[in-house]
Amino acid sequence: MTLQLPIFMDYHSTTPVDPRVVEEMLPHFTKSFGNAASRNHAFGWAAEEAVEHARERVGQLLGAASAKEIVFTSGATESNNLAIKGVADFYRDKGDHVVTQVTEHKAVLDTCKRLEKEGLRVTYLDVGKDGRVDPADVAKAIGDKTILVSIMLANNEIGTVQPLREIGEITRARGVLLHSDAVQGVGKVPFDVQSMNVDLASVTAHKMYGPKGVGALYVRRSKPRVRLVAQMDGGGHERGMRSGTLNVPAIVGFGKACDIMRLEGREESARILALRERLRTRLVGELDEVHLNGSFEHRLPGNLNLSFAFVEGEGLMMAIKDVAVSSGSACTSSSLEPSYVLRALGVGDELAHSSIRFGLGRFNTPEEVDYVADLVATKVRKLRELSPLYEMHQEGIDLEKVQWVAH
Amino acid sequence: MSYSTKVIEHTENPRNVGTLDKNDPNVGTGLVGAPACGDVMRLQIKVGDGGLIEDARFKTFGCGSAIASSSLATEWLKGKTIDQAEAIRNVDIVTELDLPPVKIHCSVLAEDAIKSAIADFRAKQAARRDSVAAVAPASEGPVPHGAAREAQG
Repeated sequence: MTLQLPIFMDYHSTTPVDPRVVEEMLPHFTKSFGNAASRNHAFGWAAEEAVEHARERVGQLLGAASAKEIVFTSGATESNNLAIKGVADFYRDKGDHVVTQVTEHKAVLDTCKRLEKEGLRVTYLDVGKDGRVDPADVAKAIGDKTILVSIMLANNEIGTVQPLREIGEITRARGVLLHSDAVQGVGKVPFDVQSMNVDLASVTAHKMYGPKGVGALYVRRSKPRVRLVAQMDGGGHERGMRSGTLNVPAIVGFGKACDIMRLEGREESARILALRERLRTRLVGELDEVHLNGSFEHRLPGNLNLSFAFVEGEGLMMAIKDVAVSSGSACTSSSLEPSYVLRALGVGDELAHSSIRFGLGRFNTPEEVDYVADLVATKVRKLRELSPLYEMHQEGIDLEKVQWVAH
Repeated sequence: MSYSTKVIEHTENPRNVGTLDKNDPNVGTGLVGAPACGDVMRLQIKVGDGGLIEDARFKTFGCGSAIASSSLATEWLKGKTIDQAEAIRNVDIVTELDLPPVKIHCSVLAEDAIKSAIADFRAKQAARRDSVAAVAPASEGPVPHGAAREAQG
């Protein structure tokens, strides 16, 4: 097979839609185009049936007791907003405290910050060097007024998988709701709302080979029954929790994507893990001063976040422009701040600037991995020849002790 | 963000990468930026007897625009007098490389690197004159301070 350029290795950002998913979506644009809320004619019934079938499939992937626990949204950002704001609003009389951790996605962190302005108290737990939150810290942070703990399943930058099962035992015992942003991990690492005691879970289709613009929030209906205040007013769709006409073709696609994940996810994860390890061992073997960011053991199979010391991330991305990856370098963000996730791990700013996130997924091949390993090794060597820091390092100068003039 | 063709060209074929002897009295070295900020430039000039910059070299840790800015700077520096080199402004680099607003700091860093290299060169020359002035009376008998300075050029 000939290699096609550019190569996509940024599966944490998004994924292509699986052709099997597209196929199932297509009739719902043209033939079966009804509004699922139209209760009085065949077009509406067909749409409703398609939506309910998808709801079953999403629920099955998450381990939901009932499809009624799935609320369709526009994506994970909306799901996170709805979960946290919805709970905070509904349980205001019961308490005013939320526990989360510092490497959550901005959709969780900024939602919490918004609520802080409205008087809610939020505890942001630190993580260890491996990126994991300590369940004992969660237990300590829970107080009489705590209504919600929100901890992600797996991190989008470093792929670190959180000890959700242990945390779920604590929240259940303490009578506190547990929300999880499960976007990156569902279908890739073990996740099950029942055995993990998760009460709310955010997921999105486009991270699992479904279309963009559709996601879901799992909302537990019994033991305990979770109540939410809707964050959008309208026609009362989705049991009053999320108004707005349902995006039927996308929901159908989401359902199919979940079904594929449920049936093939385990096997696929093993294959992707082997590809990632092939990439990692080659890069670490061929280059010195390459650092893995985040836990090695508790990690998404497709995630490889490496810092290539003395080489700046964006410069490296430009040098390997036929390969789509991502970087924690400030230069790739509009904020000019390096990744807050890497900072939380205690990775120094210089190594944060040197980080590259490889995200492997369903359609990557061993040939692509070998091509990327060769290219990255060559370009890192070239950029190090260009790097005053590498020269200083080779001369034995301790870069930590140099008086740099920050600008 | 997309890069201009000139930035891409410079990063793929950087000019004048390398290291000059920083202890050479005719070499001025500028090291600016900080690893924690994501860019460090080292720019060196070698000034010939005629006062012209006969060689310029750089090494840069940074993004494509930072590498291109310093690469371009070394091209411009060669053959210039110190005064001409000092007149290079970051806006000239921005214009030549078509840098977007978020990359203007790369050109500022390049200008700083040029100025820093020139300052280092001048400091070395001044130190050399001073040491000659200090040594001269002992070896050649009483010579007025100004004369030693003259002799040194």
